[in-house]
Order: sequence, then C-alpha cells, then structure tokens
Amino acid sequence: MVEGSVLEACERRGISRRSFMEFCAAMATTLALPSSYAQVIANALTQKRKPVLVWLEFQDCAGNTESMLRSNHPTVEDLVLETFSWEYHETIMAGYGKAAEAALSRVVREEKGKYLVVVEGAIPTADDGVYCTIGGRAAVDIAREVCSGAAVNIAVGACAWDGGLVRSNPNPTGALGLQDAVPGVKIVNLPGCPHNPANTAAVLVHYLTFGEMPALDPLNRPLFAYGQIIHDQCERRAHYDAGRYVQEWGDEGHRKGWCLYKMGCKGPEANFNCPTVRWNNETSWPVKSGHGCIACASPRFWDTKSPFYERLPHPTGFGVDVTASEIGWTFVGAVAAATAAHGIAHAVRGKLHPETAETGEKAVPREEK
Amino acid sequence: MPRIVIDPVTRIEGHLRIEAQVDGHQVTDAWSSGTMFRGIELILRGRDPREAWIWAQRICGVCTTVHALASVRAVEDAIGVEIPDNARLVRNIIAGTQNVQDHIIHFYHLHALDWVDVLSALKADPAKTSQLAQSLSDWPKSSTVYFKAVQDRIQALVGSHQLSLFSSGDWGHPAYQLPPEANLMAVAHYIEALELQREFIRIQSVLGGKNPHPQTYLVGGMATAMDANEPEATINPERITLLNQLVTNAETFVHQVYLPDVLAIAGFYPEWFHYGAGPGNFMSYGDYTTGNIKDPAEFMISRGILLGRDLSTVHPVDTKNITEYVTRSWYEYTGGDQVGKHPFQGETKPKYSGPKPPYEYLNTDAKYSWLKSPRYDGQPMETGPLARTLVTYASGNQQVKTLVDATLAKLKQPPTALYSTMGRIAARAVEADIMVGRLSNWVAQLDDNMGHGDVRIHNGEKWNPDSWPKSCQGFGFHEAPRGSLGHWIEIENKKIVNYQAVVPSTWNAGPRDAQGQRGPYEAALQGTPIADPERPLEILRTVHSFDPCLACAVHVVQADGRLYSRKLPVI
Repeated sequence: MVEGSVLEACERRGISRRSFMEFCAAMATTLALPSSYAQVIANALTQKRKPVLVWLEFQDCAGNTESMLRSNHPTVEDLVLETFSWEYHETIMAGYGKAAEAALSRVVREEKGKYLVVVEGAIPTADDGVYCTIGGRAAVDIAREVCSGAAVNIAVGACAWDGGLVRSNPNPTGALGLQDAVPGVKIVNLPGCPHNPANTAAVLVHYLTFGEMPALDPLNRPLFAYGQIIHDQCERRAHYDAGRYVQEWGDEGHRKGWCLYKMGCKGPEANFNCPTVRWNNETSWPVKSGHGCIACASPRFWDTKSPFYERLPHPTGFGVDVTASEIGWTFVGAVAAATAAHGIAHAVRGKLHPETAETGEKAVPREEK
Repeated sequence: MPRIVIDPVTRIEGHLRIEAQVDGHQVTDAWSSGTMFRGIELILRGRDPREAWIWAQRICGVCTTVHALASVRAVEDAIGVEIPDNARLVRNIIAGTQNVQDHIIHFYHLHALDWVDVLSALKADPAKTSQLAQSLSDWPKSSTVYFKAVQDRIQALVGSHQLSLFSSGDWGHPAYQLPPEANLMAVAHYIEALELQREFIRIQSVLGGKNPHPQTYLVGGMATAMDANEPEATINPERITLLNQLVTNAETFVHQVYLPDVLAIAGFYPEWFHYGAGPGNFMSYGDYTTGNIKDPAEFMISRGILLGRDLSTVHPVDTKNITEYVTRSWYEYTGGDQVGKHPFQGETKPKYSGPKPPYEYLNTDAKYSWLKSPRYDGQPMETGPLARTLVTYASGNQQVKTLVDATLAKLKQPPTALYSTMGRIAARAVEADIMVGRLSNWVAQLDDNMGHGDVRIHNGEKWNPDSWPKSCQGFGFHEAPRGSLGHWIEIENKKIVNYQAVVPSTWNAGPRDAQGQRGPYEAALQGTPIADPERPLEILRTVHSFDPCLACAVHVVQADGRLYSRKLPVI
C-alpha cells in the first residue's frame, strides 16, 4: 500500500486522512475483525480500478434503494461514486431506456465473473413473467442472465430474499426471492424491511477487502448481522427481566421505556442487529422509538410473525428464528407441528395459511404474564 | 417515423414505459404503461385492521409513511376514534418531513440530470462558479476552492473511465442549456443534497425508529411516548432539541440551495413553461391540520377541484364521483370493461393481454398498462404539488398567493406559465418552502404541550376490537408528496373484509379510459419537442416533472374481489 494513494483517496472524497482511517477502524469493528485490519480495509477502498456493481429492481417498493441512500458509513456518495462503479440502478442512474439497457449488457458481457449484483424486490414467475417486465423483458430472464454471471449476488430486503410481502399468501403473481427464482447463483441475503444499509455496506467492504463474503448462516445471512436475537441485545431487556412492561400505549411504562413484550413485540423471535447498529446514522430503532419489533428479518415474517400486536405466548426458550438459523427454515414447520401439543405452535402462528390465524386461538393482548 | 420507446424510464420509483409517436421533431401522441404488478390485493383480507398500516406502508418505500398515514386514518374513521393533539402533531411532523425530503430528492437526484450536464461542469471556471453561487444565495459552500474540489472529483471520475451512475447519461445533448458554471454548481448541490437527505430524515428515525418504513403509527394515536422528565421517552427535551436542529438545517438548505437552484435552472429554460401542460383539471383532498381532520376549512393545504384551468371556481370534492376504468388496463371487470367502478365496487382481476415478453412494442390500440385509469366525474385529474398549490391559491390562501406571485415575478412569467413542466417544478419548491417553515411550528407546539404536562399520545378507547361495531367502513386520505391519496376500508367482525387504495401516480400515469381520454402524462407529452429521437431526453423532463411513483400506482390494496354496492362515506 502506497501512503500517497490513501491521501489521494481522501482528497477525492473531501475528507481528512484521519476521518477516513477512523471509518476503516469502525468498519473493522462492525465486521468483528482485529483493529489491525483497518489498514487492509483502507487499501481495499483505495484501489485504482473500482469494482463494477449493478443494482436490479424487480417487484419492489424501492425502499431498499432509499435505505441505501441513507448509508452513512461509508456515505452513499462515497459508495456510488468512489468505491464502486455503480453502473446500473434504475432509481438513481443518469441513463434511461436504451442507454440504460446497454449499460447493463456491457457489464454482463465485459465484466463476466467480476461484477457484483444487488437485487431488490421479488421476482414473479407465473404466466411467463408478465407481472414485471423491464425493457420488454421478463424480470426472471433478466435475473437469470445478470445474476448467473456475477461474482456474487446480494439480495437486499425481505422481498429479494424470500419473496417478502409480494409472496405473502395467496401469492397471486408466483413471486419468489432470488435464491428460489434463480437457483444455484452465489448469494448472500440481507433481509429486513428494508435492509439496514450499515450491514450492506459492511458486506460490500468485506468483499472488497477479502474478495469473499463474511461468514454466513444456513439461510445465507451474514452472521455478524443476523447471529443474535433482538431480545438479547435490547436496551429494554432489563425491564423485561424485572417484569416492568408497557401495559397501554402512552402509559407510565411506555414513557419510561419499559419492555414492549405485552404490546406484541416480536424481539424474542427475531434475529437482527437492529438494536446495536440502529438506523439512520445510529439515531434509533423501532423499539427505542416506542413500538414493538415485527421481526422483519425473519423468514416469511409477514405470514409467520403477524398479528403484530398480539403478544408472544412464550418469549424465552423456543425461538422460531433461532431454530431457523440453526437447522434451516424447511424444518421449522415440522418443529412447530411437533411442539403444537405443548401450546408452542402459536409461536409459529400458522401464518403460512392465514385461515389458521383466523380460527386459531388468540392471546389476550393485555393479559398478565 | 418509428415509435420511440423509453423503457425503463429511470430516476423514478418503479417500472414505467413510455411509447411515443414523433413527427417533425415533436411528440404527436404518447402512451404510458406501468409494467409491474404485485397483487397485494388479496393479502390484507382477514387481517387485524390495527396493523393494516404496517402492510399498506410497503406499497411504496419512496413515499414511505404516506400509506401508513392514510391507512390509520381510514381505520380511525371506520371505528370512530379521535386522536390526541400530540399524535396529530407528530403525524404532521412525519408527513411534512416526508414532503420536504421527497421534493429535495426529486429535484436533485431524480430530475436534475434532465437539465444538468455533468460533463459540461468540467469546462467551468471555479471562480466564476463561485461568483454565480454567491450572487444567488448566502450558502457558505460557495468558494472557488470548494467548486475546484468538486470539479476535481468529477475529473477523477472521468479520468478513471468509470463514471459510475453518470456513465450512461446523455451528456452533450443539444437540449442541455446551462452554462458550465451552473452545471458545476448543480453537481456540487447534487452531492450536498445526498448528505442533506441522509441527515434530515433522521427526524423520522427519532419518531419512528427508522426510515424507510418508520414503525410508529397506532390506530388511535402514535407510539411516540413523550415525557419531559424521562430520558427513555421517545420524545423528551433532548430529542426535541435534535428535531429542531434537523429542521433548521433543512430550512437553511431549502432557502439557500433548493429554491435558488430552482429559480436559476428555470431561468435558463424559459420555454419549458410552455410545454407539458397536462389535462388542465386539478384535484386536492387537502391536508395538514392541528384541528379536526373532518374540518377541511382548517387545512393548511386546501381541498378542492379546478376544472379547465379556471382558477375562479374551486369545486368541492365528493369521493362518490371517483371511478376507475380498466378499458385499457390488463384487468377485467364483471359486467364489462367500458364502465368505471367506484373504489368500493372495485375489482382487481388481472388479465394480461399484452405481448409475450420479450417484446419490442406494446399494442397500444388495446390494453397496455397495469395501471387503472381513475376519473373524477368522468374527467382525468392531475394531482400533486402543482394541483395543491393551484387549489390552495385559488382558495385564497394568502401565504401561498404571496409566495407564488413572488416566484412568478422573479421568473418573469405570467400565472398561466404554471400549467407546464417547469410549473410543476416551481410549485414543488414553493410547497417545500411552506412545509419546512411549518415543521418548526409543529415541533414547538409539541414541546409546549409536553412542557405543560400534556403527554397524551394515544387514545386507547377503541384499541380493544371488542369495542368496535360489528361492521363499519371508513375513508382515510392524505396529500402525499406526489398527490391525492385515498384508502377505503371495510371491517366486519374485527377483520378487514375490503380494502382499496387510489393513489397519486395512478391519477397521473394511468392510460386512456373508455372515452379515449388520455391520462395526464399522455396529455402532457403532446407537443414535446424532440431534438434527437435516439435520445428523447425531453420526454423524460415532462414525465419526471410529475415525480412518478409506479409501485404506488399499480392498483394495489383491495381486500378481495367481492362486489360492493354500499353507500360510500362522503368526505
């Protein structure tokens, strides 16, 4: 590493060398790397030729794009202009129509095996893919062509991961997440609704530094971000342990920041680093701001974690998401069935079939624990 | 001349395709097509109405929160619950922040590159750029050294042969008319606006835990517990200080960067006050009150309809007159596609009849879009900042009148110039100016209430669904950044049985109707000049001036396909 190029990189970004190195050190911490890796990260971020990145949007709400725009470490300006050559991203790119499509084809053709792909939104597979076309082409065809030639694909948000809201029962368009729509591509999943850009940026930096993805769980989620239960990292956990609960919205407990478990918080069933990374330059996260967690980074959360205001029956011990991380989602249904006799099935909540939810037993919202 | 196709239309939310017929360097006809459908329609059925907002919010991540607000309002209307004053203020702060944020991002990151030639900035003299910037505003980042650094940054991008987001732009297109210095200043502000939006939106993070998709609404109020003496309360003096700081920074940016930039750029493109007129009918539901949501007289943005560009008469809005057509959309209606249906009688039965992908052209003589065509009393309506500004102006609002007249005077344009591509841009800036000014008032009122010990944030009377009528229905509305948004809900036995949303971009981007009347985009594109048919940049200018949001627009949330013939709630 030539010292000059770090300086040059800093000048280009209009920041001091000190703050750049501070950022690299912070990134090493996020990724749970020894602090000596800061210099390695700095080297990676200042390489001459920028890796090429394309961002595909399918059945999306652009919420993950907006979330990326809020990236603070590194800043979005830095990501899209300096760190990567961000050559295709419908919501923010300069080109349009034919020029936009040409930019994408060029990457696929000339950067084969080297470019990164970020995917946002679900991919409809019913009826020849007519439910999402771009430039007259079906989303699934575009995904197949672009993602199969990529060095790695990063699925951001719930929809690109497992179909998310679009795939919720009854899934009218045959929507799937990337890993199911285009099986076999190299993938890392960054679920959440939306993804947290701090994690996505850390994954990108890790890739730049080491040429590979960080350690993943069996659902291909990075362990550093999805390896811990929200409940265990929650700043309100002490109140839970002490039996201090919010009983009604706006009551004394709510004003004092007590535990939201009785108001339906799904933190005990959710894996995510939301409480530590927080959102929007570490300003807050939903529980800090007074509302329960909806477990938006958990498998099929729309169907499995709602109703969102109903309190969990057994918040400690069995956690669906923990099981999912350890043994894979396909087993969770079986585990749920096996535990139904013990009244724990409610934790899975049968929302793969909403009808079950309608007929199923309801916990009384404010009943004493 | 062959037909021009723009697909994807980029720098918007969602998937939009424009086909246009061009003759003699002018657009003679145009077709607007939404090319994505998610079918959220069936998903809300049977759900708890109290959480409908969490689902509905995901209709759009760019217009995040706006569907959440319309949704809780619809449920509150249905079950009959009033929210405390503090909750109203918090909702205004969140919505107002969204409005200003969206307008800034739209201008700089979605629209500016239609007017600003990034590569021309390399030819600018930084000293002259500094002079230009200082002649326009007191914004401190305006030195020669600063603009030189920005120019070096662009030069480094160009020198690397990796222009990233800018790699596919139309640089050098004859329709770009800004001098190099204005281009350099605009690129600098494009980058600064990225920083501003990231900071400013922390307001929603304070109040909702995150953005996009803040998580804080409750039927009956908000989850933002407040207490002047509690460090862990969502709203406390420390957090009020942060809100004030974020609002002040945004206010400075709007006054010293956004507004001067709009005036400067508009000044270089005076002919764009003559293109892009649209259908000439405007609708606004009105919004933003510290009083009762059912009393439009107190709204900061007025409610009303203008017909045929006539500002002398503001017609009342009666939602009974709203219908949607699928004559040219990929859906079918029971009883035939020639008749419009009211939202409560609406159906969403997708039936794609377009070409099998991959395709080159749509058959625009038949059905050609996933968007429906909403009509008011059979007429197409433009909604959005221009519609709101005109309706509020025509309703006699003095603040809006003063600001609009002053803006027109600075631009040396008559009031009729507002019916145009550039008119939409100007109206959006005027609205952001007013809105950012109101934000500090709302924060101050919240602080004042808290100081006086009024910490009520939620009305729990109707939180328990056992307290609800067996069946009820409601209407919730919001003037979202992109226009008039309506949610209709019907509840039976504590569950959602019918849910319907008619959203701003459906009004604006929809296709033709049974009478063959063009939608607003299609109408506005008539007569657009085209310098180079291979690079139809001018089409983007007019389409972008509406700030399209296609995820919202494709007909979204209807609980089921069942037919309703009940009477509607009338607003």
